[in-house]
Amino acid sequence: MKFVDEFREPEVITRTAEEIRRLADPHRHYRIMEVCGGHTHAIYRFGLKDLLPANIELIHGPGCPVCVLPMGRIDDGLAIAQQPDVIFAAFGDMMRVPGTQGSPLEHKARGMDVRIVYSPSDALKLAGLNPDKHVMFFAIGFETTAPSTALTLMRAKAQGTHNFSVFCNHVTIIPAIRAILDSPDMRLDAFIGPGHVSTVIGCRPYEWIARNENKPVAVSGFEPLDILQSIVMVLRQLKAGEARIENQYKRVVPWEGNSAALRAMAEVFELRPYFEWRGLGFISQSALRIRDSYAEWDTEKRFEVPGVRVTDPKAAQCGEVLKGVLKPHQCKLFAKECTPEHPIGALMVSSEGSCAAYFNYEHRKTAMVTSIAMPA
Amino acid sequence: MCLAIPGQVVELYPDQPSAAMVDVVGVRRKVDLGLLQDNLPIKGDWVLIHVGFAMSKISEEDAIDQMRTLRMLGEAEAAMQEIEGYGLENAGDPKPV
Repeated sequence: MKFVDEFREPEVITRTAEEIRRLADPHRHYRIMEVCGGHTHAIYRFGLKDLLPANIELIHGPGCPVCVLPMGRIDDGLAIAQQPDVIFAAFGDMMRVPGTQGSPLEHKARGMDVRIVYSPSDALKLAGLNPDKHVMFFAIGFETTAPSTALTLMRAKAQGTHNFSVFCNHVTIIPAIRAILDSPDMRLDAFIGPGHVSTVIGCRPYEWIARNENKPVAVSGFEPLDILQSIVMVLRQLKAGEARIENQYKRVVPWEGNSAALRAMAEVFELRPYFEWRGLGFISQSALRIRDSYAEWDTEKRFEVPGVRVTDPKAAQCGEVLKGVLKPHQCKLFAKECTPEHPIGALMVSSEGSCAAYFNYEHRKTAMVTSIAMPA
Repeated sequence: MCLAIPGQVVELYPDQPSAAMVDVVGVRRKVDLGLLQDNLPIKGDWVLIHVGFAMSKISEEDAIDQMRTLRMLGEAEAAMQEIEGYGLENAGDPKPV
């Protein structure tokens, strides 16, 4: 609870936490999944777990784009960038993600032309600045990021930039939620819905979760109070035996989403029949590919893609952690072979990955307390 | 990468309707307005920015809240690094974690 004093309205936080205690049936165990990695990070960072009764368990979901990307896709991207005169451009988050032969940053150290960009439109700009080279933008992200890639491709086509392509790894959140709900070893009571993805897709795409699965969803903001209020919302529904979609993050998320963003995505992308997710396996219609009308800007159509498939190290249990079956510290490699400094699994790479969040906030705290309690 | 950074629109360009200059805690960068074309902001409006694109209009109060959230999450520095990197300015190696 160390951060409570920093919260904007500590007394409201305390009251909301009390309400959660009142609403939670002490004879029941609640498993609530926060879908978004941003929420996972916030939950650990703010120590929200300490504000909840022991019978409310927060399960960390698949909403971290770096974490769900199979290693084979990184290898594929890097293999294409091995070719002469290709520039590998990606967000900073991708740079430390390990491929079989090392991360993009390690490839850069070995001479590959690897550039960090903060926006897909800057990758396009890079192509303009390097007319003799081909710029491949390694695109990752959920529906939050996919519309920006789509608009960038529309601009590339409109301005006729031909030395630019996108290696599309965009994924969509709904099929991943469906796969988790279909998983036999998973039992969930409710969902905290992703905030920024929902600014694009709106709240309607979650309605089947309430209708068909009878589970409440609260689309949530990222402040401590937002997350606690979302927990109150789903607990109230569970207590009343209801299942609906509630929008806690109304100040940013419109119920219908962002129509311009959805149009851009529909113009440029179509659903892949299936796509591999790290830890979750192949999920049908869960990712985006570039339409034929943009084939010239599709890395996968312009280049020979090796189509590498890499199984995660046997000892690493990323899949179980990603599905919420195991807690990060229950993985055999956690804090031993696999740390944020030397990540083996992708959940340890991104600050939004549940393993990195757990390591940075829970593990370090425990390690410190232990070292104080038991001086060497 | 899922950072949403609040900024205030300080300049619009008549010849580039899909671009705006935004101010994020004193740092000015051009962002893309293509995702807000159904509801374009005007000068003085606040927007949430993600990977160089304004994603939604927000109130000034929510912008202040959002910046505080980023600070509390320890991500304010990453957000400023991102803003400063837009337009390939100051784009370089990420800081070690």
